[in-house]
Amino acid sequence: MSSDISNSDHNPEGGSVKQKAPPLNKPKFWNDPKKRSLLFQVLLLTGLGFVFYSIINNTLTNLEQRGITTGFDFLTREAGFGIAMSLVDYSEASSYGMTFVVGLLNTILIAAMGIVAATILGFILGIARLSDNWLIAKFSALYIEIFRNIPLLLQIFFWYYAVLRTLPHPRQSMEFFGAYLNNRGFIFPAPVPQDGFGLVVFGFFAALFGSWLISRWSRKRQELTGQQFPVFWVSFGLIVGVPLLLFMFGGMPLGLDHPELKGFNFKGGVTVIPELIALWFALSIYTAAFIAETVRAGILAVSHGQTEASTALGMSKAKTLRLIIIPQALRVVIPPLTSQYLNLTKNSSLATAIGYPDLVNVFAGTTLNQTGQAIEVIAMTMAVYLTLSLLTSFFMNWYNARIQLSER
Amino acid sequence: MKYELQPTLPPPSNMIGIIGWLRKHLFNGPLNSIATIVIGYFLISFLVPTIQWIFFTSDWVGDSRDACTSGGACWVFINNRLDQFLYGFYPEAEHWRVQTAFILLIGSIIWLVVPPTPKKGLVATLLLVVYPVVAYFLLYGDVFGLKKVETHLWGGLSLTLVLAVVGIVASLPLGILLALGRQSEMPIVKSVCVIFIEIWRGVPLITVLFMASVMLPLFFPEGMSFDKLLRALIGITLFQSAYMAEVIRGGLQAIPKGQYEAADALGLGYWQKMILIIMPQALKLMIPGIVNTFIALFKDTSLVLIIGLFDVLAIGQAANQDPDWIGYSTESYLFVALLFWVFCFSMSRYSQHLEKSLNTGHGSRA
Repeated sequence: MSSDISNSDHNPEGGSVKQKAPPLNKPKFWNDPKKRSLLFQVLLLTGLGFVFYSIINNTLTNLEQRGITTGFDFLTREAGFGIAMSLVDYSEASSYGMTFVVGLLNTILIAAMGIVAATILGFILGIARLSDNWLIAKFSALYIEIFRNIPLLLQIFFWYYAVLRTLPHPRQSMEFFGAYLNNRGFIFPAPVPQDGFGLVVFGFFAALFGSWLISRWSRKRQELTGQQFPVFWVSFGLIVGVPLLLFMFGGMPLGLDHPELKGFNFKGGVTVIPELIALWFALSIYTAAFIAETVRAGILAVSHGQTEASTALGMSKAKTLRLIIIPQALRVVIPPLTSQYLNLTKNSSLATAIGYPDLVNVFAGTTLNQTGQAIEVIAMTMAVYLTLSLLTSFFMNWYNARIQLSER
Repeated sequence: MKYELQPTLPPPSNMIGIIGWLRKHLFNGPLNSIATIVIGYFLISFLVPTIQWIFFTSDWVGDSRDACTSGGACWVFINNRLDQFLYGFYPEAEHWRVQTAFILLIGSIIWLVVPPTPKKGLVATLLLVVYPVVAYFLLYGDVFGLKKVETHLWGGLSLTLVLAVVGIVASLPLGILLALGRQSEMPIVKSVCVIFIEIWRGVPLITVLFMASVMLPLFFPEGMSFDKLLRALIGITLFQSAYMAEVIRGGLQAIPKGQYEAADALGLGYWQKMILIIMPQALKLMIPGIVNTFIALFKDTSLVLIIGLFDVLAIGQAANQDPDWIGYSTESYLFVALLFWVFCFSMSRYSQHLEKSLNTGHGSRA
């Protein structure tokens, strides 16, 4: 009985037979996922390319029609306008490129001032929100709920128009210890370093370095022998004492440039313009509310077992907070904290509304109006903020990766 | 010897009731007691005069500044200009159109929020698709015999709401596409989406508004005139879509991978999988994030004052410059702050409530 199965590959000797593989059920060309994804991406690129091409074409045509040139040569032209406050030398004869630098420095100044104040205030409020004392906790909660829900621009306007502008005229300024407060700003005596002051500065940095060495040494010693060293007070004494001693023995080489009322205004001293003060207050108060919530979330994220264990070991509440809770809470707090810092820096661009000469006001405001080079100016401004935010993202990713490794 | 249980005594009187509460929460240590006394003193010395100034010695009705004589807050100022604060420069005869549009909006939102009402899906779809068209025709006019009201006359609280609602509604579909694209495996789609999101999230809203109002007319052929409100809306929508994409990505990532795999195993295509399986589950998780984004956008709409639109804060600023009412700027700031605070606080409370009620343990198992 011979079988009638197809036996084109039947081996007469018997033994294993290499079967020809059944034909693959290949999907149709337009159903193959790889080919479809390739097609889709090519379509997307072509579409985007077309959109960008037509935008650029239109822009160039429109610019030509309005007689505006493109290119970055305008940065070397003379600016011709004054800026109310500048950290570097600036006059009307400086170039537009210089206005960019002045604006950038002013933005960095207000961002740094705001970050410091907001962090201090925010940490205090966040910890206070979790206090045992009902009054402190509720007061902190009230602050947070009020200032989080009012727009920042409104707060800036309130501080500027309703508070600082109503201060008295320079002739009737409020005075404290040689500093004056009026509606032109806060004017205080400027320190003028004289010969010998360099030694004091050197002493300060040497004391900083010494404190760092002492803290390292004391930590090693504590790990080996368990003995504690009052690092904080010794460092404090060093950092304050060494420069002070050098200052006194050097014959007090610090002059003071006192502000004097001449006519309608003060001459001399350092003037902090009211726009800066209003912006600083509003930014710090607003961001501190958000930082307080972040800190509170971080502290609540530390398992309660840690608090209980440290209390069982006999540590006081303050020591528990300082040595156990906060270091662990920082791990949860730092990523959202850096994004709040970034928000503060971006929000500082609201300075335009009250006339503080930050980057957006000076460059994307006045310079853009005068030169008409909208594309270049706005591109440069956006590039600055983008760089800052990308740097912050990289830092956050690095920090997250680092703390991941230190866990089990 | 028999052991007899003594009768139990009540707790000491200074540990229960109000005395006990005071000792535990306000005065439970020397430092705390001092802090309570100091803060209490400051609060009372600040709050009592302020509340007196706002409520008790203030004037509420009148016609001109002569009515503000009692030394307290002058709410006559706000009363007289209330129409402007609410409707901007909208012609008075047509106010009913703005009111209708917003009653429809508030009504549908209440329908969606209150738990026992039926047919929420239908109402939500109507709200997202039909309402914008209806509202646009109501507000702008020029059809069905309604008088045309140019957008530069829109202002006040109604303009703030228009900006915020349009911003959120328009940025939702774009944000969904961006979030899905960011998760995609196609490298070009993924990089385009990531670049788009990171650019818009990294720049301040002011530069976006400047860009929209200055550069947008340059991007389009000569002759296409752009309404200022439309430019601001385009800028706000693009800006919000990046933040919305991140919220949506968070919701999508909370869905267990098993759902994706099960959908693939059933042979569902990509869009079927997304529309039928993933998005309905993810939307439930995203809602608190979307409400938070809405709160932030609502506060940020005040920035349009810088490009010349008259939202409620700008009306307040303009009111402060009125020569008839000099010196009452604090009242107008307080009023605008109160408006914003009421909206934002209630929305944030609602979002917290939602987070608690939606946190049904989703995604915590594989």
